[in-house]
Amino acid sequence: MLYFARWKVAAILGVILLGVLLTLPNLFPRASIPSWLPARQISLGLDLRGGSYLLLEVDTAAVVKERLESLADATRTRLRQANIGYVNLAIQPDERRLSFRLRDPGQSEAALAALRELANPVAIGGGATAPDIDLAVTPEGVVSATISEAALRARASAAVEQSVEIVRRRIDESGTSEALIARQGNSRILVQLPGVEDPNRIKELLGRTARMTFRLLDENANPSAGTPPPGVEFLEGEQPGQRYAVRRRVEVDGANLSDARTGQNPQTGEWVVNFTFDSLGTRRFAEITRQNVGRPFAVVLDNKVITAPVIREPITGGSGQISGSFNAASANDLAVLLRAGALPAPLTVVEERTVGPELGADAIRAGLLSLAVGATFVFLYMGLAYGLLGWFANVALLVNLLLMAAALSVLEATLTLPGIAGVVLTLGTALDANILINERIREETRLGKPPASALEAGFTKASGTIMDSNLTNLIAMACLYGFGSGPVRGFAITVAIGTVVQMWTATTLVRLFVSWWYRARRPRTLPV
Amino acid sequence: MFLARPLFRLVPDDTNIPFMKGRKIGIAFSIFLSIASVILAFYPGLEKGIDFRGGIVMEVRTPGPANLGALRDATSGLGLGDVGLQQFGSDNDVLLRLPVQGDEAATQNAISSVRSALESAAPGTRILRTEAVGNRVSGELFTGSLMALGISMLAMMVYIWARFEWQFAVGAIVTLLLEITKVVGFLAVTRIEFNLTTVAAVLTIIGFSVNDKVVVYDRMRENLRKYKTMPLQTLIDKSINETLNRTLGTSMTLLLSALPLALFGGDALSGFAITMVFGIVASTSSSIFIAAPILLFLGENRLRRGTEAAAAPATASR
Repeated sequence: MLYFARWKVAAILGVILLGVLLTLPNLFPRASIPSWLPARQISLGLDLRGGSYLLLEVDTAAVVKERLESLADATRTRLRQANIGYVNLAIQPDERRLSFRLRDPGQSEAALAALRELANPVAIGGGATAPDIDLAVTPEGVVSATISEAALRARASAAVEQSVEIVRRRIDESGTSEALIARQGNSRILVQLPGVEDPNRIKELLGRTARMTFRLLDENANPSAGTPPPGVEFLEGEQPGQRYAVRRRVEVDGANLSDARTGQNPQTGEWVVNFTFDSLGTRRFAEITRQNVGRPFAVVLDNKVITAPVIREPITGGSGQISGSFNAASANDLAVLLRAGALPAPLTVVEERTVGPELGADAIRAGLLSLAVGATFVFLYMGLAYGLLGWFANVALLVNLLLMAAALSVLEATLTLPGIAGVVLTLGTALDANILINERIREETRLGKPPASALEAGFTKASGTIMDSNLTNLIAMACLYGFGSGPVRGFAITVAIGTVVQMWTATTLVRLFVSWWYRARRPRTLPV
Repeated sequence: MFLARPLFRLVPDDTNIPFMKGRKIGIAFSIFLSIASVILAFYPGLEKGIDFRGGIVMEVRTPGPANLGALRDATSGLGLGDVGLQQFGSDNDVLLRLPVQGDEAATQNAISSVRSALESAAPGTRILRTEAVGNRVSGELFTGSLMALGISMLAMMVYIWARFEWQFAVGAIVTLLLEITKVVGFLAVTRIEFNLTTVAAVLTIIGFSVNDKVVVYDRMRENLRKYKTMPLQTLIDKSINETLNRTLGTSMTLLLSALPLALFGGDALSGFAITMVFGIVASTSSSIFIAAPILLFLGENRLRRGTEAAAAPATASR
């Protein structure tokens, strides 16, 4: 098929022009491109531009434990109200279970009824809901409540979703720009921080759950006793050795804060955090302070008492101040954490990769140098070994590189160092199709076919082989993409795009060059 | 325009090397190398990188020439296990390796304590790169990579089975196994780190190698239809020789593009590129000496019967 319809030629040239247009935005800094242009750019991976990659894991076991603890508190209250005697109430977080033994096994129905009311509905799909705990009782009167599999999944999933949101808010508040935050898998969150050389501050911000609660102190309990009375826990204070007997009951939660800002005490110059409650928090706080004038209450942050002042008068304005031993930075961090909200479960960094900008720049230089040298080698080899047809293939290879850049821009793909390696290797694999075609043309010529039919046979007969052999590359890259992570995926993407693009450039484009050349020269013999 | 004509050919036309004659020695040699490689992979074993082993790697640049002794004293007193220190590149650059810590939180603490230890031992030290992988993640990355390798092999086998007869699929997969084991042996001998990037190299080699085999098999299938009475041994030799220029040509372009990566790609890519170079050489030679000859063992009669059935309608319509 050495004849190309005019519209086909136009379409081929159109594709190349489009490739040029789509690649162009990469030559300008993003800021200088007017916003009305639908320009897309290739972004550089963290390994090239420098930055920090953190993989966080949400501790979903903590979510289960928390649910069991609150269930235990509620169960105690319920059973007491219903006058049901019990012993050995305990939770087993590993088995997601709460259990106790009834003093009178005859009361098992009443106990089950009381527990049933404590269940929360969870969606089990299809719009239906089910209680989140499965109840069981043995003839000896041992009652157990187990958090169901569905509830566990729903809870863990909600905790991760919520964590993603909180992580985003905390990072935004900290003034880090262009951060990329995404959920990964069941319980992980991926955080990419371009340009961040020292992720320590971010890790500290994310390492705290920042759950703030306002609770009353139990003045009758002795904080130095061994075990706290029921409904009370002993918590440490800011200073070493300080211990407080804090009631478990949460009067007002940090979730009811609407704002938190740092400030300085005008008299002492001490750093403080000023906070404002939302309307519900304001009402609750006013009520509590009115009822408990003269008594101490505690501000508890992550199971540590920050401050425990005595309520002098009812606080109805809905705002307050936390003073502790803050400096400017720690006060600011606390304000950020309070504004962003508490994490539903602790986060741990399970993978960290941080690259400084110098190394990134070195990597880009190394990649470009390899690309340039590789291209020169390959071009020379192709041109010298296959002559004119080889030079045509080289031009097609240049177009291939251009179209690859265009495709990566349209996909807004991230170019990583392995990705650059992928581009360099594509130089080698892209020519495979042309080698197949050229060898075929040569064979056909040696069989005595005239130039036109040798060319034609070469292109058509090689096409099946080209398709077969390229599909194997695509399969391998799909496997790499599916199981690889981070930068290696960038490699799979560039190689796959390169493979697809070269199937087009090596066949269609080179054939167009050949047909132009053939019609212009009408050669008697082929230079093969 | 002297450039319009080819200046050289890798293999002269009408080359007819009787590859099949050496098939037994070739295959025996290949099996021997592969067995040796598998042994090497367990003893002394592969040098697993941080991706698969977990741990901490830090690249630091000290303000003056690094005093390794002082840095070692500062970091080994932290109780974080064996701290490996290694100078590389310039006098100021040091690579620190720490074993994986008890759990993820301990790993994070280890990073900050190393940071402050370095800061006090050599003030002004800059940390250019930090990588910390916990043991759960490294375990997942390792199994994920093995899965990727296994599944890609399976996918290749299914693909070739669908496109050719099953004998070709078996031939290709056996050859592939022989090749991959050699690459693994190569990694064990050269102590190149076995990490995600090397797995990427191995997968690329798999793709490229099957591509190579497909071209030879394609020609064999074509010749099986063309020369119905030619003995299989001659036919395979003919097919290999006919595709020799292409096989070597493609390997050459790939080699020419992988070499610069090995030479100039820097530390991050050199392991990848060197593995690629070895893989290209291994897969090209096995395309010639192993992949097609192995088919002879699977039986001439069976192979012919398969193709005749497939070719019959084509002949009838002619």
